[in-house]
Amino acid sequence: MTDWIDVLIVAIKVVAAFVIMLVATLMLIWAERKILADMQNRVGPDRAGPGGILQGLADGIKLFFKEPITPARVEKGIYLLAPILALIPALLMFLVVPIGRPFSIGDREITLQVMDLNVGLLFVLAVSSMAVYAVVLAGWSSGSKYPLLGGVRATAQAISYEAALGLSLVPVVIYEGTLSVAELVEGQSGQFFGIFPAWNIILLPSFAFFLMAAVAETNRAPFDLVEAENELVGGFHTEYSGLRFALFFLAEYINIFTMSALAATIFLGGWNGPTWDGALPASVTWIFPILWFGLKTFAIVFIFFWVRATLPRFRYDQLMELGWKRLIPGTLIWMIFVAIALAFDEFGAPWA
Amino acid sequence: MAELVIFVLFGVIAIAGALTMVLHPNPVYGALGLMATMLSIAVFYVVNSGHFIAAVQVVVYAGAVMTLFLFVIMMIGVDRAESLEERLPLQRQLAIGLGVVFLILIGLIGGNAWITAPEAAAAPNGTVENIADLLFTDWLLPFEVTTLLLIIASVGAVALAQFDARRRGGEE
Repeated sequence: MTDWIDVLIVAIKVVAAFVIMLVATLMLIWAERKILADMQNRVGPDRAGPGGILQGLADGIKLFFKEPITPARVEKGIYLLAPILALIPALLMFLVVPIGRPFSIGDREITLQVMDLNVGLLFVLAVSSMAVYAVVLAGWSSGSKYPLLGGVRATAQAISYEAALGLSLVPVVIYEGTLSVAELVEGQSGQFFGIFPAWNIILLPSFAFFLMAAVAETNRAPFDLVEAENELVGGFHTEYSGLRFALFFLAEYINIFTMSALAATIFLGGWNGPTWDGALPASVTWIFPILWFGLKTFAIVFIFFWVRATLPRFRYDQLMELGWKRLIPGTLIWMIFVAIALAFDEFGAPWA
Repeated sequence: MAELVIFVLFGVIAIAGALTMVLHPNPVYGALGLMATMLSIAVFYVVNSGHFIAAVQVVVYAGAVMTLFLFVIMMIGVDRAESLEERLPLQRQLAIGLGVVFLILIGLIGGNAWITAPEAAAAPNGTVENIADLLFTDWLLPFEVTTLLLIIASVGAVALAQFDARRRGGEE
């Protein structure tokens, strides 16, 4: 009996996470176009719904009803498999992110997180390293040279920036002493000196490295060499149309949302924030952690869009130099520094 | 019961992937087959509550190593299918002979008693802490020696590539 209820709870959580990601994608598409338009002194989408807020939905419906064209020279099986492979890691990664404070119904504690893994951060890295296959296979199976170039670029970029992404998280893990995402959030509750929130953002270089690597991992501008519409037509998804293209599009926006949610969770305290627990009734206060989480996530998403509107695309050699000569040595040095500093804190100076 | 179902399902996938890797003439499909095998092995680790080792398996092998393989395959040229002509004499005979030896070994090992860890060691939520404890206390020296070995190997590879390029007078 209890088992059955547990399974039901997990099923509800999975469906809820799926819905959150889809709704977030619709909102992000609209938000990106509006924000970019504002930054470029344009109006942006304003026809679908008030302020164009239904633009994402309109785009989605349009793509859904378009004819999916299959070019003659594609490798059929892999060509059809690639969009699905793009979506799976994007959906999986969000499962370890807690979006709010755990609460209890009866004697059962319910976390607002699909699963809390003991190896949470490693799971995130593992899943994000799977995302590149979709791009590579899509590029290769299209049987056309521009997608292939996009695919080759994707492999090199993914290998280079995955290392930086993983290394940038090591100082956080050393500092917090856990890989579980829920425990990371708990570790960031409370304040320093009673004023500043005790978030991991004090490991500022880690945060900067993580953001850079995350933008590169999601193949967003200025690291969008995989798509590079003015060099490679559309890059890896040149030969895709209709719903198949929509899946790639969806995966990209879900990745942005998930990476932002992770950055907010790992560095900005997740759902931690003032909840006014005593002052307001419990039926109101439960919403605050979710609001804080959403706000922090959106702040990071905004940085993604901001960077896209500001910076021109990297050249390929600049991309490799930034990855191998700046980010990886930088993360390594910072990691060693944090490790030594924390060791001093823990064990004292070796000569003392 | 669930464990058995998962084992059979992913066992079939692992073997099919391995066969694809060996038999498929197109290297990209070969790489994909190998990836399927590695992911299935990661699933086996999870079933045996080795979460840490499963994550590392996916990050290192399925993530980094296979991406590198795909990169190399694409750089060399994806249009050429591998020729199936054999250049090594005695290859088949040797393979069959060694295969038989391998099967006999498996039979011998499988027939003996297995040493299994006590039940308490299989705590599903302690794998990272347990591994870290052992790795940084009892097994620190072997661990450090292994890392040193890997660093020497990678420095050696870089050095070889550099010397070779310099001797040819190339720019890189």
